[in-house]
Amino acid sequence: MSGHSPEEIKLERKRYLTVFIVLIIGTILTVGASYIELPTFALTVALALFIASIKGFFVAGYFMHLMDEKKMIYGIMGATVFFVIGLMVLTIWASGDPIPNTIYP
Amino acid sequence: MEIPYVSEPRKDTGLYNAKVGIWLFLASEVMLFGGFFSAYILLRVGAVEGTWPTELLNVPIGTFNTLVLIISSVTVVMAWSALKLKNFQQYRIYQGITILCAFTFLGVKTFEYRDKFTHYDVVMTNGTRVDGHLVEKTDDHIVLSHPVSYPAEKGIAYRPTAIALMEEGEGAEHGGSEADAHVEGTEGEEAHAEEHGDGHGHDMTIAMSDIKKMTNWGPWANTYFAIYFTMTFLHGLHVLGGALLIAYYWGPGAKMWKTDPERYTNRVEVSGLFWHFVDLVWIFLFPILYLL
Amino acid sequence: MEATQTHVQEHTSHDEHHHDPGFWRQYIFSSDHKVIGIQYGVTSLVFLLLGFFLIATMRWSIAYPEKPIPVVGPLLEAMLGDVAAGGIMSLDLYNSFGAMHGTIMVFLAIVPLAFAAFGNYVVPLQIGAVDMAFPRINMASYQFYFVGGVVMFTSFFIPGGAAQAGWTSYSPLASAIPTDGQTFWLLGMVFLITSSLLGAVNFIATIIQLRAPGMTWMRLPWFVWVQFVTGFLLLLAFPPLESAAIMQLMDKVAGTSFFLPTGLAIGGQLADVSGGGSPLLYQHLFWFLGHPEVYVLILPAMGIVAEVIACNTRKPIWGYKSLVYASLAIGFISFIVWAHHMYLTGMGTKISTFFQTTTMIISIPSVIILTCLFISLWGGSIRFNTPMLFALAFLPMFGIGGLTGLPLGFSFSDIHLHDTYYVIAHFHYVVAPGTIFGLLAGIYFWYPKMTGRFMSEFWGRVHFWASFVFMNLIFQPMFAQGMSGMLRRMADGGAGYSIANNPDAIGGLSDKIIGLNVNISHAAWALGIAQIPFILNFFLSMKYGKKVESDNPWQATTLEWQTPTPPPHGNFTKDVTVVRGPYDYSLPGAKEDFVPQNQSA
Repeated sequence: MSGHSPEEIKLERKRYLTVFIVLIIGTILTVGASYIELPTFALTVALALFIASIKGFFVAGYFMHLMDEKKMIYGIMGATVFFVIGLMVLTIWASGDPIPNTIYP
Repeated sequence: MEIPYVSEPRKDTGLYNAKVGIWLFLASEVMLFGGFFSAYILLRVGAVEGTWPTELLNVPIGTFNTLVLIISSVTVVMAWSALKLKNFQQYRIYQGITILCAFTFLGVKTFEYRDKFTHYDVVMTNGTRVDGHLVEKTDDHIVLSHPVSYPAEKGIAYRPTAIALMEEGEGAEHGGSEADAHVEGTEGEEAHAEEHGDGHGHDMTIAMSDIKKMTNWGPWANTYFAIYFTMTFLHGLHVLGGALLIAYYWGPGAKMWKTDPERYTNRVEVSGLFWHFVDLVWIFLFPILYLL
Repeated sequence: MEATQTHVQEHTSHDEHHHDPGFWRQYIFSSDHKVIGIQYGVTSLVFLLLGFFLIATMRWSIAYPEKPIPVVGPLLEAMLGDVAAGGIMSLDLYNSFGAMHGTIMVFLAIVPLAFAAFGNYVVPLQIGAVDMAFPRINMASYQFYFVGGVVMFTSFFIPGGAAQAGWTSYSPLASAIPTDGQTFWLLGMVFLITSSLLGAVNFIATIIQLRAPGMTWMRLPWFVWVQFVTGFLLLLAFPPLESAAIMQLMDKVAGTSFFLPTGLAIGGQLADVSGGGSPLLYQHLFWFLGHPEVYVLILPAMGIVAEVIACNTRKPIWGYKSLVYASLAIGFISFIVWAHHMYLTGMGTKISTFFQTTTMIISIPSVIILTCLFISLWGGSIRFNTPMLFALAFLPMFGIGGLTGLPLGFSFSDIHLHDTYYVIAHFHYVVAPGTIFGLLAGIYFWYPKMTGRFMSEFWGRVHFWASFVFMNLIFQPMFAQGMSGMLRRMADGGAGYSIANNPDAIGGLSDKIIGLNVNISHAAWALGIAQIPFILNFFLSMKYGKKVESDNPWQATTLEWQTPTPPPHGNFTKDVTVVRGPYDYSLPGAKEDFVPQNQSA
């Protein structure tokens, strides 16, 4: 962020405060959503992670300036997120897809 | 022999060295916590029905800690942008709040840990499971405050139901009958009389001879606590590390502002990026551990 | 390799204001990438020797089970006590030697040598930089490695001995073994992983930020590209193993049950743990690193081979772009193939098919790389010096290793071959006559730049031919042993499953197969003896080797050869601007048969 003018920085600071409000609301929503009874557990997890991801996006995008960052940086982080999700998804898939019963009881 | 691009960014990448370094390091940290999150998911999904506990952590306290970290996240970036505006005093104030928030978070966490370590889970010989805060322990008995009891065979996932039933039973003012109905196979009049655990101040005394197994709520108690303590401890270490780093540049390291303000601002930015990552991890940890 | 010895050192303006930093600052606590590279190199070579020693003693037990080991046996008994009673290798000792052989070779020898040692020394020079981006973090990464190595080494001498659960340290066995060896192993791993992470950050940041003016991405020597990819593999794949190591440590020390299932019985007794854990979770997290790790082992060696081939064929490498994209593809795909190490864990057909598919896909870029290197030889004026001999041998050896991996990548054939000697033969072909040959080529190749002298060409050839022959004699028969069903990690070399000991059993190991154990062991010891000329050559040539006559004795194009010998602090005596690609050999119209990267016209 070097080379930005004082006016741009002051505008940025307003934006930080906006994001702060968004995060507070997000936290309230997170706690509130936990009281909602959803039909399956998977949906509850999905909702929790969805709200958390939105909050995370705001922290990473604006506080960490990922939105304005160079391609190199968000390319690396994008690949990282891809691999983390791959680790989680493939591990769960593997445990959920066992070999079927064979002739041995 | 000077290493280039320590302060001024390289033209084709637009980045200075430490910024590349910290983002790479954060990528590895994402993978580290990702490994733990995968562990959590696999263990939870694979858990036998009834063995995964819920509602064991204090949500208001957890929410408070979340808000504390979010506040510190905004103050740390306001501090850095104050530096970019060459306002050292304002930087000092905002960063001071950041450090305060960090140690508040750690303090609250310590309180939470201690609360768990003094909470004991007892399986009695008569098949009842009771957990409560340990107020007294002698050679022949223990006393648990705010006890919650239910049949051991139901598994710890039954606990919230047991609490709800206890509160209902207390609301019906009879206190005894419904709670009694859930405690099967009781023996001994003394133990029977004290088993009305209503969660509101009745202490429960249990004779040592009635205890089959007694564990406190530490990482060894079940896999939920194992992952809770491990992940929050690791996160806590990162909070501490980040706080110390920020405090160093706020305090003794502030000399660099006079000698090389560009470099100092960059160092503050890098420590801020680390700090935001710590907040990010908590944003995911909080719902997963406290709410799900 | 002192910086003070040598004839060709020019006095530069950089040196004038430096007073001698003293022995400690200059050689032990240095932040200069070249010193750190050499520190890594020497330490890793010592560990390579230690790892070899472990398997050499194990091979005695395999060939001559229950017989006392000559010479070494009494030594082991004196140092380690009861586990080597009577000079005979006990089963526990065999297991701990086996686990530590793998651990030491992979994490303490090959990775530090291939990535950290060669990378640290050569990469900043090849990109025209003055040092790494973060020199003090570089020093810290070596120190973490050193501490990790000390922890691993001392574990041999604690009561109960070193880790015994294989280099993979699977739970629940790792947590069930009551001694502290596993705890030391886990602690050592945490230090080593930290060292690798710091190193990876440094390498990647350096390559991104400190390339000299004119050094565009597509002008980088391919050696730098592979180190770049290797850095990413280490950066992103190691942390899940670190999380698994922390959890396994918690299981051992804090009584948790991350990986311990409910109802676990140890020695016939129900274990007093909370249960609810998953042993498979550990395997997933381990192999998530484990697979990218093998590419960490091979890629730097491929890079070295490319450099040596280009220089000694006097031709550009064929297919530079293909090599670059193939190495990037390998890096990326290597993150989603890991469960081919887990085909026998009860995974269903859908998930197995997924991993088989990705495994087959990743073999394509590997073949592309090997093909490019082979084609690079066509029409070249080949100079058969020692580094080139090793580089040339790498090609068919890696070919055998890679091809024999195919039956392991398919789950239907892996069911028969998993955990047999076939697997051992496959991965040793890739790492031993594969990677190690590449690394030896690198040592012979860059030695003159580091020391100002050549290693003896004669003894280099002796070393090469002996190593080449014996490595094949060791690992070739293991394919046959594996295919006839001989399992890994058996201290008696399969005698318990032999037809000789079980005449009525079906499918036992024949005398011929068991007999191969003796041949293999003899070849292994011969290989050990064949390294003596190398070790002597390495040290004696520093004083008595043929002196180089220029800073660029191999007449190479890359930037590390355009520095004084050895390169001073700050590396380059004048500013470097790169004006051409990395392999301008035999350029039509040029005065000589090579044009350095920073030389115009």
